Amino acid sequence: MTQLTSLTIAEARVALAKGEFTAQDLTQAHIKAVEAGRGLNAFITETPDLALEKAKESDQRRKAGQVGALEGIPLGIKDLFCTKGVRTTAASHILDGFIPPYESTVTANLAQAGAVSLGKLNLDEFAMGSANITSHFGPVINPWKRKSDPTAQLVPGGSSGGSAAAVAAGLVMGATGTDTGGSIRQPASFCGIVGIKPTYGRCSRWGIVAFASSLDQAGPMARTVRDCAIMLGSMVGHDPKDSTSQPIAVPDFEKALTGDIRGLKVGIPKEYRPDGLSAEIQAVWDKGIAWLKDAGATPVEISLPATKYALATYYIIAPAECSSNLARYDGVRFGLRVEGKSLDEMYANTRAEGFGAEVKRRILIGTYVLSHGYYDAYYIKAQKVRRLIAEDFANAFKTVDVILTPTAPTAAFALGEKTDDPVTMWLNDIFTIPTSMAGLPGLSLPAGLDGEGLPLGLQLIGRPFDEETVLKVADVMEKASGFSIRPKGV
Amino acid sequence: MSLDKSAVRTIADLARIRVPEEDLDHLAGELSNILTFIEQLSEVDTDGVAPMSSVAAVGLPLRADSVTDGGQADAVLANAPDKAEGFFSVPKVVE
Repeated sequence: MTQLTSLTIAEARVALAKGEFTAQDLTQAHIKAVEAGRGLNAFITETPDLALEKAKESDQRRKAGQVGALEGIPLGIKDLFCTKGVRTTAASHILDGFIPPYESTVTANLAQAGAVSLGKLNLDEFAMGSANITSHFGPVINPWKRKSDPTAQLVPGGSSGGSAAAVAAGLVMGATGTDTGGSIRQPASFCGIVGIKPTYGRCSRWGIVAFASSLDQAGPMARTVRDCAIMLGSMVGHDPKDSTSQPIAVPDFEKALTGDIRGLKVGIPKEYRPDGLSAEIQAVWDKGIAWLKDAGATPVEISLPATKYALATYYIIAPAECSSNLARYDGVRFGLRVEGKSLDEMYANTRAEGFGAEVKRRILIGTYVLSHGYYDAYYIKAQKVRRLIAEDFANAFKTVDVILTPTAPTAAFALGEKTDDPVTMWLNDIFTIPTSMAGLPGLSLPAGLDGEGLPLGLQLIGRPFDEETVLKVADVMEKASGFSIRPKGV
Repeated sequence: MSLDKSAVRTIADLARIRVPEEDLDHLAGELSNILTFIEQLSEVDTDGVAPMSSVAAVGLPLRADSVTDGGQADAVLANAPDKAEGFFSVPKVVE
């Protein structure tokens, strides 16, 4: 039998249907992989017994002829999704002991489709970070290694770093991620997998621990474009419990993978070619453009002039929303409480001990930009620039169908690098943040390796609610790249 | 914009986060760097541009103003660090 943990979701679906193995076999194989892969620290909470129980139920459903789109497929869930009866931490000390009495809509949708959860995956605290080094439960290790120094521990990117590492290492067949400024796409790039942040409003945010509500969006991370399309179809859909979830029809994303992109116009934004962009990133981008040309698409140079201000805009809007959302952690209703002599002192002690340094920094910046006298100068100004960023994309999409850029300015870096200054770390998200500000769908797929043998990703950006074109183009590029390399030892 | 210790103390009070006196200087430096970085937005001409609070093209939906959930006091209280008589309990606020 093929090694069960190296199958794609699409392959496993066929084999399960033929009865080559059961959901219980598949789940058991992945539980073993999760145990063997504990050195990566990808999981915060493993739920093997629950997984086996669900796999058994899945096998029974299959016998009864009820087969969901993800029937019997073992997945991992980013520990930002509330899961009924299973500890949910957001990788923060402040949620100590929190066991949600409800299930997030996205994870409920996945369970409805027959998926089996293996547990909750590590992330940056409250999804704030780009290297998965801010988790209260320790950093996640990237399964990829540098050729020149295989002993160096590399970061998986963030914030969905546990998801990316677990998918790349074959611990799970796919995982949920969330993306506020690049938290699905950048770790997908660092770990050599595929991840898509759908359009804002495509997935329900209900039951996902909130970071920046006007930006947060859930999406799938998997080893192929097709697997992402399959997962996405089961995650999305209108939910009356999230007023920003759009009441629109769910397309068959897998059907969009026709392989035919002839005549499509692909925008190449000149602002994504800043001075000092690494030659290797440049080369992989050029290669991507060449694949698209070979497939009959036409590259078109476009300009997105407000791009250079996206990062600064993001670091006003996201902290502002975070300071407001995280006001709920007060030591009263759930999680950690650190006593004090008064109610105010109890709040301040609880939040001082419960939040990590990066989360505190963002709450403080957010509090400042929203405070009296600074609101117009910072927050309203940022909202105006946000509109300019969104209008840039709207203008570009009058002439192009999809946009191709690098996902991140570098390959995965080592633990301990880039940690001196918060702003340097934020530069990781320079290519993904504009898409988030505009609420557009963005996908990262692996396109090649750098000189150190580390994966580099390319990003495809689509029109609002046109994930189908993004996935279709990604599928063509995936075939052209022939990228099927897994990290050594996997 | 650079923040001094007393400004950071005020912000931390507003955010209800206790910051030890000895950390204020370092934090003031970090936050000042961040503010310097985000202040590049002042060079963008935004005259006549409306602030964008949401990317959703449509307005918020309306629904009937009716009770759709409730009667779950036990579930609501289940995660409370401290509770009594069906209520959350907090340190005394009235002497």
